[in-house]
Amino acid sequence: MGTRYDFPGGIHPPDNKQQSLQTPIRQAPLPAQLIVPLRQHRGDPGHVLVAVGDRVLTGQPLSEGEPGLSVPVHAPTSGTITAIGPHEVPHPSGLEETCIHIEADGQDQWCELAPCPADASTLERYDHLHRTGVVGLGGAGFPTRDKLQSASEAPKVLILNGAECEPYITADQALMRERPDSVIAGALALWQLVGAAQCLIGIEDNKPDAIEALRQAAEGTGIEIRVVPTRYPSGGEKQLIQLLTGQEVPSGGLPADIGVLCQNVATAVAVDRSLRLGEPVIQRITTFTGEALTRPGNIEARIGTPLDHLLFEAGLDPDQLHRLIMGGPLMGFDLTTTGLPLIKTANCLIAGTAEEFPDSPIPQPCIRCGLCEQACPVDLLPQQLYWFASAGEHHKAEHFDLFDCIECGACDWVCPSHLPLTDYYRHSKGVLRQEKKEQAEADHARQRFEERQARMEREQAEREERRRARQQAREQRRSGEPAEAGGTETGAASAAAPPGPDRETLIQRRDQARQKVEEAEAQLAEAREQTPEAVPKLERALNKHRKRLDAAEKALSDAREEARSC
Amino acid sequence: MWMNLLLAIATLLLLAGAFGALLGYASVRLRRDDDSLVEQIDAVLPQTQCGQCGYPGCRPYAEAIAEGDAINKCPPGGEATIQSLANLLDVEPQPLDAEHGEEQPKRVAYIREAECIGCTKCIQACPVDAIVGAPKFMHTVIESECTGCDLCVDPCPVDCIDMIEVAKGIDDWVPPRPEDRPLTHEPVIATDQRPAGASA
Repeated sequence: MGTRYDFPGGIHPPDNKQQSLQTPIRQAPLPAQLIVPLRQHRGDPGHVLVAVGDRVLTGQPLSEGEPGLSVPVHAPTSGTITAIGPHEVPHPSGLEETCIHIEADGQDQWCELAPCPADASTLERYDHLHRTGVVGLGGAGFPTRDKLQSASEAPKVLILNGAECEPYITADQALMRERPDSVIAGALALWQLVGAAQCLIGIEDNKPDAIEALRQAAEGTGIEIRVVPTRYPSGGEKQLIQLLTGQEVPSGGLPADIGVLCQNVATAVAVDRSLRLGEPVIQRITTFTGEALTRPGNIEARIGTPLDHLLFEAGLDPDQLHRLIMGGPLMGFDLTTTGLPLIKTANCLIAGTAEEFPDSPIPQPCIRCGLCEQACPVDLLPQQLYWFASAGEHHKAEHFDLFDCIECGACDWVCPSHLPLTDYYRHSKGVLRQEKKEQAEADHARQRFEERQARMEREQAEREERRRARQQAREQRRSGEPAEAGGTETGAASAAAPPGPDRETLIQRRDQARQKVEEAEAQLAEAREQTPEAVPKLERALNKHRKRLDAAEKALSDAREEARSC
Repeated sequence: MWMNLLLAIATLLLLAGAFGALLGYASVRLRRDDDSLVEQIDAVLPQTQCGQCGYPGCRPYAEAIAEGDAINKCPPGGEATIQSLANLLDVEPQPLDAEHGEEQPKRVAYIREAECIGCTKCIQACPVDAIVGAPKFMHTVIESECTGCDLCVDPCPVDCIDMIEVAKGIDDWVPPRPEDRPLTHEPVIATDQRPAGASA
């Protein structure tokens, strides 16, 4: 069993998991239209590889991305690309992002899959996971390759997170009780990949069926099934690590810093399928629950399936629907429309009625009761953070370790004044992140500006240097040449005055100028009759040419006089 | 008795002289580096190098602020910059001086490339080298480097540069303050409309 450790705080909300566990996992029928957002992970969207009108096969990559920055997405079924453009995606902002629209042909014809070769190195295996679009399926969507690579050396402990502590969500539980063998296969694949000394699966004790199924499947493999008491948020990565190993992930650090790697059980299954079969992440199990659904349950559906298609499958009663929540009731966010696609990180969709999810009561002033501080699983001072965040003193909140907040919502749940505390922290974090981004941009601009200034100064100095060198050369010529040439006639003339052009060139110039003036006069006369709007311009041109002619004539007469006086 | 009095006065004078000399020496020797203050102010300014403050760049303005100029002359930085400057210098924040312009959402320059004649005037005006191009070749703006300073717009002889507001994506989205969200319930009495602590 291992030693039992504990984490601070936590709450015991009603778990509401039975509603969606009455039936086995169902397969959703293929929709006619699929919408695949380019970004379903933490990071940047990838580059599109397909064009409108292309026919794609199931599992074919639709985008590619640099490992570490972005993760590719794949065609969830065969069909034709009908559009590539912005479409609303499931995100608390309700904003649009680039999505690829596919019209399914109904045949679901798979492209050829390339499993990872048996002799591939660890790095090649990581890149294989990247190419097949594996991200954390627990809800955060962190690219699995990056997480595996964050550890500089083999972790001591590999933890598979099957705790699933948030109320209503049962996707992992359904997976573990119905497909324990694939979960164990996934655990073994990950274990072999990272080479940890120990592999644990953490499950909350409110899932006896899953625990039993996994125990049987894990027999003889060396994987330990660790049962933890039911308490929200034991399924948080840092909390589960603390429960199973007694070690705390340092503030601002990663589990890798204490030699632990934690992966969701569904992610482990995806890793196994990617390595063994070459199968990209194109489907997932999502919990559909809430009292507004007549057929709640876990549905396995293709990524990109419109939510209204799946809600129809789950028997949505639109008249009963009051709130549609993606994720759990504590950490999830509200959706305002059902025309959104299913994404890799969507573990649960709750269609709640007004009785089930009444509007939040009116927030009352904070009475400093300290219940939030007792509930906080990361030992923060939620009350103090609230005070700073609500007053706009975000930097002070940062000094009180705002960024260690895991946004679990336990403080909201216990607050007797019904203050939306987590929303304040999210706002504060957003403001601080934006500020950091702007600061980075400003620093970048300053660097470019300073480098430009330095370059201009250097160029100016070089010009100055060249000018001085030329002047020096001229002075040398003036003082040096007569001594060398012994005062020849040309030398004397050049010393007295810079040599002017000779008479013939002057005559030539005057003739050219005269010709130009005549041409311009002819043009002007023509323009006066035909295009009066061009007249002022031509007049200006004529004046210019006349001045040049005068100058040429003057130069010529000067030269003549000089010749005469000589 | 007179002797004692004189001795006391002389001792005190001596001590005062010695400590005065020590303080004087320290104030010269350990003077606070003025440059460090300028650096700190410069770090707060948005580095658009737009010159709207009346100085030829952010650093000259930082130097002017260090010498005692007003802190409310930077429209690109807006209220946030004024607030940070006020915190840094421990002075009262003032509203933005409208004489120098208004706070605007972030914009970038965009060259209508079909109309560009390749004169390089905008390239010379750009303080951060965000415009690429060569004489008699089309120019274009590197969006990620543009600070939206406006300085390229005036020199353009064919007016082919527009300042375009940057569309805000999910990456720029900041979760709203709970008070700014629409209320989902009817306020019962007037004081229920806002939590009292939130307005503090």
